[in-house]
Amino acid sequence: MLGWMGKFRALFLLSSLALVLSGCGKENLTALVPKGYGAESSLDLIILTTVIMLFVFAVVMVIYVIALVRFRKKKGQEDYIPKQVEGNHTLETIWTVIPILLLIIIAVPTVIATFDLADDAGAEDAINVNVTGNQYWWHFDYAGEEIQTSQDLYIPVGERVYLNMLSSDVIHSLWVPSLSGKMDVNPENENTMYIEAYEEGVYWGKCAEFCGPSHSLMDFKVVVVSPEEYEEWVADMQNVDPEEPADSEIVEDGQQLFEENNCMACHAIGSSPVATGPNLTNFGDRSRLAGIEDLSKDNLVKWLKNPELIKPGNKMTGKYPTLSDEDADKLADYLLQLQPSDITPDSAGN
Amino acid sequence: MSIATQNKGFAAVLWDYLTTVDHKKIGKLYLYAGGLFFLLGGLEAMIIRIQLIEPENDFITAGLYNEMITMHGTTMIFLAAMPLLLGLMNAIMPLQIGARDVAFPFLNSLGFWMFLFGGIMLNVSWFTGGAPDAGWTAYSPLSTTSPGHGVDYYIMGLQLSGAGTLMGGINFLVTIVNMRAPGMTYMRMPLFTWTTFVISVLILFAFPALTVGLFLLMFDRMFGAAFFDVALGGNSIIWQHIFWIFGHPEVYILVLPAFGIFSDIFSTFSKKRLFGYTAMVFATVLIAFLGFMVWAHHMFTVGMGPVANSIFAIATMAIAVPTGIKIFNWLLTLWGGQITINSAMLWALGFIPTFTLGGMTGVMVAASVADYQYHDTYFVVAHFHYVIVGGVVFGILAGCHYWWPKIFGRILHEGMGKLTFWTFFIGFHLTFFIQHFLGLMGMPRRYWVFLEDQGLDTGNFISTIGAFFMAFGVIVFLINAIYTAIKGEKAPADPWGGRTLEWAIASPPPYYNFKQLPLVRGLDPLWIEKVEGKGKMTPAEPLGDVHMPNGSFIPFVMSLGFFIASFGFIYHATHDVAYLFLFGGMAIGLGSMLVRSLKDDHGYHITKEELEREAD
Repeated sequence: MLGWMGKFRALFLLSSLALVLSGCGKENLTALVPKGYGAESSLDLIILTTVIMLFVFAVVMVIYVIALVRFRKKKGQEDYIPKQVEGNHTLETIWTVIPILLLIIIAVPTVIATFDLADDAGAEDAINVNVTGNQYWWHFDYAGEEIQTSQDLYIPVGERVYLNMLSSDVIHSLWVPSLSGKMDVNPENENTMYIEAYEEGVYWGKCAEFCGPSHSLMDFKVVVVSPEEYEEWVADMQNVDPEEPADSEIVEDGQQLFEENNCMACHAIGSSPVATGPNLTNFGDRSRLAGIEDLSKDNLVKWLKNPELIKPGNKMTGKYPTLSDEDADKLADYLLQLQPSDITPDSAGN
Repeated sequence: MSIATQNKGFAAVLWDYLTTVDHKKIGKLYLYAGGLFFLLGGLEAMIIRIQLIEPENDFITAGLYNEMITMHGTTMIFLAAMPLLLGLMNAIMPLQIGARDVAFPFLNSLGFWMFLFGGIMLNVSWFTGGAPDAGWTAYSPLSTTSPGHGVDYYIMGLQLSGAGTLMGGINFLVTIVNMRAPGMTYMRMPLFTWTTFVISVLILFAFPALTVGLFLLMFDRMFGAAFFDVALGGNSIIWQHIFWIFGHPEVYILVLPAFGIFSDIFSTFSKKRLFGYTAMVFATVLIAFLGFMVWAHHMFTVGMGPVANSIFAIATMAIAVPTGIKIFNWLLTLWGGQITINSAMLWALGFIPTFTLGGMTGVMVAASVADYQYHDTYFVVAHFHYVIVGGVVFGILAGCHYWWPKIFGRILHEGMGKLTFWTFFIGFHLTFFIQHFLGLMGMPRRYWVFLEDQGLDTGNFISTIGAFFMAFGVIVFLINAIYTAIKGEKAPADPWGGRTLEWAIASPPPYYNFKQLPLVRGLDPLWIEKVEGKGKMTPAEPLGDVHMPNGSFIPFVMSLGFFIASFGFIYHATHDVAYLFLFGGMAIGLGSMLVRSLKDDHGYHITKEELEREAD
């Protein structure tokens, strides 16, 4: 039976090894390949604690296995009565003091990192984004820039961007595993965290606090671009003029449908403080539809006709009259051509 | 089953159990009911794992999935783990201290029925429009805004069963303080009794926090209050504090009795006195004390600020010290002993590596900045299943195999016992080990689906396969229990070479437990008599009349009354007929209290002559 246990443990080691070899998960999603300051701080602590704890585990297992092998009842010794030991002060002191020392080794860097990540001294001179969590989408309002986006958060590489987060309904939690650990987005008490990306790219963001039926579908992306590209993107976004007269039939039809179905009661195109529904200014540039699906016309038509099929429990279902196939098609064409900037998730490496 | 009950008809047995105040029968009731809820919670777990076997699966809908995870967590903690442990405590603890029953037999019965009706209450929700769906933690505002009545059932169900648990805790405290046999000093009590004592204190201080929290939630949802409504000046975060001030000690309420069970088993099957008994007792007390200081480590990402996060991180790490002391004391109990490996001991041996891993990840999640990544992901799911399954469920199963002969008079089948252990043990590690990595690879918990092409497919598939192994193990255990009840080997009084008092009397014990209270001469009293004395306990009193409590149907009726009233509370706002339930139910409940208060019930005596006629 001991052989069994031994084999099982070997299997464990092998399977964890296989995991490491097969990669640590999807790049730009996994916390095991950090590409930002927060994620790196966390991983440093994860590695430190894992190493120390594996050492403790190894000590426990060695004593355990030796005890089992040496002291298992043997044939012909049934009447043997072991010595009834009460305890041993030296041993008990050792296994009290050594763990305390190990914990101090863990506690000191933990406290240092905790204060480091909570430091918002640089917030005033940096880019500040006011984040609102909603069932089941994210609103990003660039403070002082008159830019609002939904689902895609654009930031420049190598800079600390401060996120000031509040929720409009239930508690959410903003998590971009490859860039930083998570922070809750509460209905009260604005939380501030910063993210600092080391590499350009598109990073997966998740909602980590249970928020309802579509909790698992509340994905967003962080689009990390060079500082120059970021400047360009900001300029492009600020140049959008929603009042601009339509220059094509698609746009004209689309604008008309958008009005007729009262879409703008919730959705803004162009800068607007209203955030009842996602801001659609750069909808055609989005990395994903609703944060999860490919941004294709088919998917968009499906969404417009019945959002419930894609995000159960969303707040859009039933807020507008049922669309005919034709209208949904036109509306989709209109929305997909909302592409104000050349700086897109695709250009950033999506 | 004793011969006496076998000869009775079904109705007579049913009536006997509905009215019993005997701690052994109430213990069995807890085990039956807890076992049933354990199967239910397991079924919910299997549905969750089947949903997650492949990416973007549509086995169940998002709404139903949220009901599953909520009910799985709530059922396993409140309706399975708690009552199964309370069952073992009820059945065994009075025997271990040499008592004839608990201090308040009536209250004991009331506690059980309150728990059972609370559990039924929760599960009625499946049939009345949907189970609670805000997670077992019921964070506001999700819980306050959840549509339908699911969360209302959660509130009323937990309120009822929580009241039952509180009664149980108070009862055990008084029992252990007052009813120890002559010579059974505190520092001679078996570890299982000690942990029962300590967790009773925890129940006394932790459960009122839950009660208050549930009342606030109830007022918010049913009577238009706004404790957690930010728009009306409330505060939603305060729920998390209230919940975890209860919730964290609850973890220790579950795991400490399991520690007690393992301590007794290691000692018995190593044929050795528990190594460092005094240290073990103080480690238990210390863990319980620190358990109240660490609740906010569930809230590192809430935004409490670096000072609070650091304090709670360090306080949490401190708990690793007494826990480590326990692990090493168990190892040193094995060391130099003469180890017998049977199915009870297998669970205890399987516990050591499993729980050590759970403790390791416990220190890892205590490091607040690392926890920013772990929090609310499958890493945490893996961590708490290592602790709660690896600690509590292993402990319950160990206790079941160990005390089955004492409780039911028959020994569980060894072969099936070992098969259960190995399939469950392997299945457990298959299911949960990989989840540590899933979490770090970006899979948050409570996700109805995970998307394709995110590197999470293999891990989830392995995890689901493991769950089927666990289910197989549980089914084998079930078959074993049924087989044993029909054809199992009859147990002698002391099948394992026991060291503590419960093994000094027949299996199952007579309804009065001890004909004469035993005289305790030290730790492991039966062992002392075996080695130094004449092999059996010396009576501490001459044979005399034994005072016994009468059975009572009032606890059942009282609980039923509050159960009916709960429906009234839930539906009063929308259905006028609900007031009938509300006032009718309260009248039954409060009326039962009145009857109980006014009616004199002095119990009865078993005379000396009757006791003399009973064979030894």
